[in-house]
Amino acid sequence: MIAVKLEPEPMALPPDYLHAKQGPMSWLTTTDHKRIALMFYGAVLVMFLLGGVFALLFRTELLSPRRDIMDATTYNKLFTWHGIVMVWLFLIPSIPNIFGNFILPLQLGARDLAFPRLNLASFYVYLVGATIVLSGLFAGGTDTGWTFYMPYSENTPVTLFPVVFGIFVVGISSIFTGLNFIATVHMLRAEGMTWRRLPLFTWSIYATSIILVLATPVLGLSLILVGLDHVFHLGVFDPATGGDPVLFQHLFWFYSHPAVYIMILPAMGVISEVVPTFAHRRPSSYAAIALSSLGIAFGGFLAWGHHMFVAGISTLDAGVFGIFSMFVAVFSAIKVFTWVATLYRGDIVFSTPLLYFFGFLFLFVFGGMTGVAVATQSLDVHWHDTYFIVAHFHFIMVGGSLTSFLAAAHYWFPKMFGRLYSERVGLLAASLVFMGFVLTFLPQFLLGNAGMPRRYYSYPAEYQWLHVLSTGGSYLLGSAVLLALGNLALALAYGARSEQNPWEARTFEWLSPSPPPEHNFESPPVIDREPYAFDLSEEQIRARAFPG
Amino acid sequence: MQPIDEWLRKLLLLPPAASSMARPIDRLHFSVISVTMLGATLLVLMGGYYCVRYRRRRPRGPSETRPAAPTPPLWAELGLVGFLFTLFVAWWAVGFKQYIGLAQAPRDALDVYVTAKQWMWKFSYPDGSQTIDELFVPVGRPVRLILTSRDVIHSLYVPSFRLKQDAVPGRYTSLWFTATALGRQPIYCAEYCGTDHSRMSGSVVVLSAEDYSRWLAQPGTRRAGEGNAGTRDAELRTEGERVAARHGCLRCHTVDGSPHLGPSFAGLYGADIPLANAEHVTADVAYLTESMMDPALKVHAGFEPVMPSYAGYLNPPEVSALVEFIKSLKDVPGQSAREHGVPAASAVTLPPPAGSIGRPPGEPLALPSEPGHASEQGFAAPGRELMPLPRAPRETLEQKLGDGGAP
Repeated sequence: MIAVKLEPEPMALPPDYLHAKQGPMSWLTTTDHKRIALMFYGAVLVMFLLGGVFALLFRTELLSPRRDIMDATTYNKLFTWHGIVMVWLFLIPSIPNIFGNFILPLQLGARDLAFPRLNLASFYVYLVGATIVLSGLFAGGTDTGWTFYMPYSENTPVTLFPVVFGIFVVGISSIFTGLNFIATVHMLRAEGMTWRRLPLFTWSIYATSIILVLATPVLGLSLILVGLDHVFHLGVFDPATGGDPVLFQHLFWFYSHPAVYIMILPAMGVISEVVPTFAHRRPSSYAAIALSSLGIAFGGFLAWGHHMFVAGISTLDAGVFGIFSMFVAVFSAIKVFTWVATLYRGDIVFSTPLLYFFGFLFLFVFGGMTGVAVATQSLDVHWHDTYFIVAHFHFIMVGGSLTSFLAAAHYWFPKMFGRLYSERVGLLAASLVFMGFVLTFLPQFLLGNAGMPRRYYSYPAEYQWLHVLSTGGSYLLGSAVLLALGNLALALAYGARSEQNPWEARTFEWLSPSPPPEHNFESPPVIDREPYAFDLSEEQIRARAFPG
Repeated sequence: MQPIDEWLRKLLLLPPAASSMARPIDRLHFSVISVTMLGATLLVLMGGYYCVRYRRRRPRGPSETRPAAPTPPLWAELGLVGFLFTLFVAWWAVGFKQYIGLAQAPRDALDVYVTAKQWMWKFSYPDGSQTIDELFVPVGRPVRLILTSRDVIHSLYVPSFRLKQDAVPGRYTSLWFTATALGRQPIYCAEYCGTDHSRMSGSVVVLSAEDYSRWLAQPGTRRAGEGNAGTRDAELRTEGERVAARHGCLRCHTVDGSPHLGPSFAGLYGADIPLANAEHVTADVAYLTESMMDPALKVHAGFEPVMPSYAGYLNPPEVSALVEFIKSLKDVPGQSAREHGVPAASAVTLPPPAGSIGRPPGEPLALPSEPGHASEQGFAAPGRELMPLPRAPRETLEQKLGDGGAP
């Protein structure tokens, strides 16, 4: 076969995946995990920007306690839309479906995922689900909060069913992806790739997939029941028709607490790649990071009740949920210590992804420590449903996911597109993202301490200065994110050509050309070493992976 | 309070502590926050220091090798994890102990019933009076709030007391406090409840003991602002009477104080009820509701456990109406609260086999009441039991009564 080469290549290689086939149909019907990852990239970024715009709108309203630009109902809708879009359409699919999809087969030395057509189906199911959710939001204007607490969700006059049905459909896409990743990790590891040689990003995506497959069905079914309660008054969760509203909270958090780990475990996986690569040394404890991912995945299933300390659950239950939350905190702390210890006696090259790691470290550690504080039951009674909680989960979950999403976008940018972005703009944007984030949410911790409940359209005047700071921070954060993404977008067209392995990384995805050809590797690699063998030279790892 | 505590409180923008539990909670808060923030700062600084100290000083070639990095010893890792775990569990233990304390009201607590609805708070006091959005309490005396909601979930939040409790429709929850400072403290609704969620606020007015008794003696004052709530309660009473007739309550419970198969409704509300197991309970909203849903749980001494469960037969509005009706009879003369309920010797005695009516065979056992958690478990029972379960049909009871020769 004679491939038409559009780009000059230094060596005689097969065309990369971006140019292997031409035309829109070659994208829309592709089963190449890399192209599907890019299609997810585009769709998920649209959702991210949309969710961000919602947030900026209601932050603007909160500049003063009075009505500024919208009425109370619009405000209630906007924070609901922000939550729904950001959680289900951005954070949950972001790292697994983009970078997991692209990188996981490469790290395993595989040609593709185990079920390439299922992978494509996952994208279309996501697209259909997202379309249903968005049309439901814009047509009906759900105002229930992203948590859909009953019986408010049953009694709200707005349309609800399309939204919950859309989230159910998006959940099916998550399950497809999770199944695909689990099967791929089990079945398609390259020759010599033992479990102890799996790169840490793959470990974390594997742990995430387990949660996706186990928890998502519960959410999907619970939300469908909410929808049916809303439309037909079935009486599952509404006490007026014989249901139990607290049961809904149990079911919702049984998914949505593990969902926090669906968002943060892939983020931890990205960090676990970025830190060793830029410190040029092996992680100080591979086993600690890999096993704590599994510990978080399983421990995270037993902590959901800490969302309900003041909901009227039994005291004993609350105690048990509290201590399981502490277990998860210990597993997370193990990871953090391991990352910092990895920097010790490293050969550190400071670059944009590593700067994002510092943002992550600050947000995750401070957010995590406030998590220990809110898992302490008597303290949570004061903080529950206040801005302290909002700030806590934005620091740890959103801050953690967003900084590592951007770290991944920069770290794997040469891998995905074969080009380099402007390092100076990248560093500037990373600093601004961090400052914007802290400025947005640090005042919210104080608001929560002072007793400001969340989801308030108006508020006592003494809280205004903190709200103004927070809104200012959100504008800075929004601009900084645009700057970071703009820098990458420009590099797509104007960035300098990248070498195959510009960061001198040692994990296996860098053994294939950047960008990779359609089937990833010219010949299947042989894995005879740990993934972070920085004691070997670049030439040695290539010679050992492709003997002969 | 020590000056350092006061300084930390201002630094963290916490409102002044105004309840007995607020200070111990704040002390735990300060210790957790200072230690965690210090630890987090150290860790981030350590990472930053390493980045400078171990930065790359010269470029490396593609064929250059470097020695493998050192791995920290296992004992150091395990020691660190063990230390953290101990620290977290210690905080958990103190926090859990305080949380248990928050759940257990003292026996002599003053009961105030709180009904939340979109978007107001109604407070009902033991003497039958009511206020809207303003809760009047005496200083230095334990007050227990028993909460429920008429529509969606709300949450009563008093920041300066460091207290919060959801008000859930269909069940009762409670919280208690002892106010330590005179004055007015804001109440917020903390659970999102719709359009005017942010306007569903009120205040706790903490009065001195004298002012409180003076306030109690001024019915005009405390009913101010009651608005249509009074009318609504009158309607509820009428509705409750209809419900009582419709569901056959009045076949066993009289309204004039005369003894019958069950305790008379007259003077029942607020009375001290001797139980079959020799304990005592106050006939408050919670007890009345619980007795409709799970009558066998706390049986009035001197009565047979013959009443069937009405869970699934009475919906929440009917229950509220019935309670309101029983409340309205609390001052009906003819019988003192102490005497009522002890059936006359001539009263019909049924010899039902234990469990044959009150608890038909095959019916799942109700939740056992946990000592110490009665305020949650007991009140939660009605809500939990609202799902219709297979029960003995009401007719069975009526037939039995017929057989027993009751009118």
